[in-house]
Amino acid sequence: MEKKKLVVIGNGMAGARTVEEILARGGGAQFDITMFGEEPTGNYNRILLSNVLNGSYKEDEIFLNPLSWYEENNVRLLAGKRASGLLRRAKLVYGEDGIPEHYDKLIIATGSRAFIPQMEGTYMPDGSLKPGVFVFRSLDDCRQIAEWARGKHSAAVIGGGLLGLEAARGLQNFGLDVHVVHIGSHLMPQQLDPGAGDILRKSMESLGIKVHLKKNTTTIIGPENVLGLAFADGGNLECDMVIISAGIRANWEIAAGCGLTVERGIVVDDQMRCADDPDIYAVGECAQHRGHMYGLVAPLWEQAKVLADHITGKNTRAAYHGSKVATKLKVMGVEVASMGIVEPQLPEDEVVQFSEPKRGTYKKLIIRDGRLVGGILLGDISKAAYLIQTFDRNTPLPEERLHLLFDIGDPPKQVTFAEMSTNTQVCNCNGVSKGALIACVNSGKRSAKAVMDATRAGMGCGSCKSMVAEIVEWACGGETEEDPSVHYYVPGVPLTKPELIRAITERELKSVSAVFDYLAGGKEDAASKPGLASLLKTLWKGEYEDEKDARFINERIHANIQKDGTFSVVPQIPGGITSPAQLRRIAFVAEKYHVPLVKLTGGQRIDLLGIRKDDLPKVWHDLDMPSGYAYGKSYRTCKSCVGSDFCRFGLGDSISLALKIEKEFQGFDSPHKMKLATAGCPRNCSEAMVKDLGAVAVEGGQWEIYIGGAAGSSIRKGDVLCKADTHEDVLMYMGRFIQYYRENAKYLERTHGFVERIGIEKIRSIVIEDSEGIAERLDREIAESKAAYKDPWKDAWLPENDNQFASVLPILQ
Amino acid sequence: MTAHSETGHSGTQQGATNLMTEIKLGPAANIPAGQGRVYEVEGERIAVFRTRGGDVYAVQAECPHRGGPLADGLLGGTTLICPLHSLKFDIKTGAALFGDCGLKTFPVAVDASGQVVLLR
Repeated sequence: MEKKKLVVIGNGMAGARTVEEILARGGGAQFDITMFGEEPTGNYNRILLSNVLNGSYKEDEIFLNPLSWYEENNVRLLAGKRASGLLRRAKLVYGEDGIPEHYDKLIIATGSRAFIPQMEGTYMPDGSLKPGVFVFRSLDDCRQIAEWARGKHSAAVIGGGLLGLEAARGLQNFGLDVHVVHIGSHLMPQQLDPGAGDILRKSMESLGIKVHLKKNTTTIIGPENVLGLAFADGGNLECDMVIISAGIRANWEIAAGCGLTVERGIVVDDQMRCADDPDIYAVGECAQHRGHMYGLVAPLWEQAKVLADHITGKNTRAAYHGSKVATKLKVMGVEVASMGIVEPQLPEDEVVQFSEPKRGTYKKLIIRDGRLVGGILLGDISKAAYLIQTFDRNTPLPEERLHLLFDIGDPPKQVTFAEMSTNTQVCNCNGVSKGALIACVNSGKRSAKAVMDATRAGMGCGSCKSMVAEIVEWACGGETEEDPSVHYYVPGVPLTKPELIRAITERELKSVSAVFDYLAGGKEDAASKPGLASLLKTLWKGEYEDEKDARFINERIHANIQKDGTFSVVPQIPGGITSPAQLRRIAFVAEKYHVPLVKLTGGQRIDLLGIRKDDLPKVWHDLDMPSGYAYGKSYRTCKSCVGSDFCRFGLGDSISLALKIEKEFQGFDSPHKMKLATAGCPRNCSEAMVKDLGAVAVEGGQWEIYIGGAAGSSIRKGDVLCKADTHEDVLMYMGRFIQYYRENAKYLERTHGFVERIGIEKIRSIVIEDSEGIAERLDREIAESKAAYKDPWKDAWLPENDNQFASVLPILQ
Repeated sequence: MTAHSETGHSGTQQGATNLMTEIKLGPAANIPAGQGRVYEVEGERIAVFRTRGGDVYAVQAECPHRGGPLADGLLGGTTLICPLHSLKFDIKTGAALFGDCGLKTFPVAVDASGQVVLLR
């Protein structure tokens, strides 16, 4: 197949990153790529320009793609050549020299330029900037500023935004008196409110920068060179040079010139295509998406990925939905984190605030419906990683707001990561230290998932995952990359759970191998198999085509693997209720098969440990009891207290409820294990309040249903879902929640994580109030799953199971 | 079905080398697709896998990490995950996909009669 021609206008951070993403998706085989770059160099990190100005970086240290990169990747870079015109009908882009380039697909990544407000004396008669007047956007600007500053006494920066303050910091290193002239009433209005702006101003002034607020510059004084500024209020300021940093304007001229829709920027759709021409894309600071324009890198990376997914056909349904803007930065040594809005906008917005001007500390959060919609941290940004993540994912905040701003009386985990000793063990299951995580980041892994895959940190009980993610983020200096697979249900099939369910039901895929064939290009992924098997069983129930190789060994042979390769056998004992006859049988089996350890479990059952694989079918046969599913990602058991039969405090019959629950949900596959309990009174002896699902009898003949409890590697008291009047109602509400969890949780997400992620209010509205009109369907799915239940231990010894339980196959000549 | 081994097909030719002996392990169909089974060959335990693509591979039976039974692992393509602590290996090359200790591999093939043949 002949390659198509892809032309990219712009070789800045957006253009070059987009090309990188396209190449990463195999775009090199689809496209001949040509890039127009106005600057004569490769692509550099514009964010670091102020560091070049202040001398902490050398010019060549900020290059992201040196010229050799283009050669190595077969990208034709027209360095130093500006694109000057575009003919859509002929699909041609013209360079300044008049030489056209034909394209099949075009990407506009022209970025932005400095906005220069109307001021008298800015320009010379020939239209050039007056000597001593500069903007600060490129390496070339940087060089010119540095050259001019030598031997001068004072400099003024017009604009008190982020870029202006960074320029001011850079200029101080030349020994100049630096002034910041700002038209607004406080610094960094995009990121800060007046309170925070005022504290930042004081910090700046203590470092020797003079800040002039509410100053509207009308004139740049000086006939040949800059001599000073004049303001609208009549005041003056003497200075030898001026840096204009009053905002940016998108470079959209080339798009407007050929009739593409332009408002403040080039208007694009969710695939980053121009509104009027499906062969032209725009990305980065020049693009306007759903009315928003972005000047930070994180949104730009997201845009680049969507664009690359779409243009290469890798995922034609990829869509950019806009970004939530959060920044973490250091201005003149003052640490600042800012996200979302800076002032409350609705009357019900809740503001949590702390201010300690003397120490330069300021914290403010804006909360709407229990979720973070804005925040400012100044001085102390130790909580920034957590808050930005919460903001970005729109996760519900804990009721207790104080801990959002401060670490009070928390365990030593909360020392900042910088203070934490290198050999501190972060993952206690797999013994991974902070130092090992940092080494992994330094070796090039830039996402939490990549680091976890490489070090196995967080892959044990999983309780340290969020801390691992925070350390990775810290070690990356906040510039982590998100692995797209974190949103997939399983890593090997690039679909979210709702997308995957839709595809599976539409195409009637009933086995794991069929899913790989149709949805993953035929590529099997071992780690994805058990999650797919679980989901298919949930969706198809009795129609599911079981493939043993897709199951984790425990579910393949219905027993729990132990460290020595033997297995444990736990028969069903619902509610912890057994009988002498059952106990005799268990004792008989334990002796007959020389079971090395017989132990009572936490779920009020009896565990026979150390059984050889070959003996499993015989053990089940002799036990003649159903499987207790103590090995599966499934419903496990429901334990119980004595309840009202014998206990003098008992309010409800917890034993018979536990037996009914077991009958209802036994053997259900689910995203992770589900452990249940019933308690006959709020004394909670059976710990029902900390189970995945629990029912607690309360006075008045009712049951309180708890969901999302945990008392394992995480500890959480469950949330009360509702009160139910009868055992039957308990079963119904529990069933609805279980089905909702089965359909919506990520694989290996326990109910406690799921309930926190979705929010108890939303779950309650769906499960109890039927706000989405799905309750009847959920009930039906549960009934069908119940009808499809089969005891896996029954008939396991029949010959069709051939050699599944053989620990060694005989050699047959 | 195709065969993969370090020595390729040359080892299956009669008299190609005196060091190699063929050991027939039994029908390939005894190993369900996508799974592994253990054989004991001259006192050495060997896990033989049959991929869903129909290829067979043989590696040492125990995980070098903590002795996990590799034949009970999850297989996708030629990637194997140990059932005990999820260490990953490529059974084609024996390479560890995490960690530094790989697996010993054995040349193995399926002959014309559908028998799994191990070369030693």
